[in-house]
Amino acid sequence: MADFTLEVKDEGDIVVIETNGYLNNVGGEKISQACYEKMENGKTRFLLDLENSKVVNSIGVSIIIEIIEKLQDVDGRLGYYNLAPIVEKTFNIMGLTKYSTVFGSKSEALEGMS
Amino acid sequence: MSDKSPPKVELTIPIIPDMELAATKTAEVVAKHMDLDEEKSAEISMALIEATINAFEHSDSTEGNVQIHFVIQGELLVIKVTDRGKGFDKSQVKIPTIEEKITSDHKRGWGLQLIQELMDTVEFESTGEGTTVTMTKKK
Repeated sequence: MADFTLEVKDEGDIVVIETNGYLNNVGGEKISQACYEKMENGKTRFLLDLENSKVVNSIGVSIIIEIIEKLQDVDGRLGYYNLAPIVEKTFNIMGLTKYSTVFGSKSEALEGMS
Repeated sequence: MSDKSPPKVELTIPIIPDMELAATKTAEVVAKHMDLDEEKSAEISMALIEATINAFEHSDSTEGNVQIHFVIQGELLVIKVTDRGKGFDKSQVKIPTIEEKITSDHKRGWGLQLIQELMDTVEFESTGEGTTVTMTKKK
């Protein structure tokens, strides 16, 4: 599988991170690094577009839990959209949806995070 | 009664990062052969990823690989993931919760929970000479 890549965009106060590839430990670390750099610059609201990350593992998702923990310290929020059904199911089993939000589309996500 | 043995696929996966995805490709082909729906096929692949990376990470196998057997028993798919590592005591594995993990330094440890949630049945056989995880999914 090709290397995990991501694209980071600012949509107003919200940071949108579009991922591409297997969300494993490497992918999770790249996402967290991008989030923490933005948090250092004062950003507190993040959206992950997982349309092109249809395969995940629990190690990668555990790193997202770490991001949620750090966002709690700054009263921040994390949301997702374009999740494959198995990714959403995995997030539900691991409980991420208690502390972050799954949205049905980008427009719904941007509105919900505003 | 037929004496024909059930269709079986056997894989040997080297313990190399991301090689668990080779197992999921095979699982997708087997699921398609059984005409399983996309949801069940994806659940099987996810459980297989977790079982395989558990074997990669925790077995300390000197053999350097993991065996995966897929057996199609009519409408039942049986998957066995075997390592020749040090084994583990399932009773010592704590069921994770997000409430505990979100403040813990150790955020990992979700593999067994995911496998049990995603498959119909899961059994573990473990000794000092290795571990076999047997998972099933009904059509």
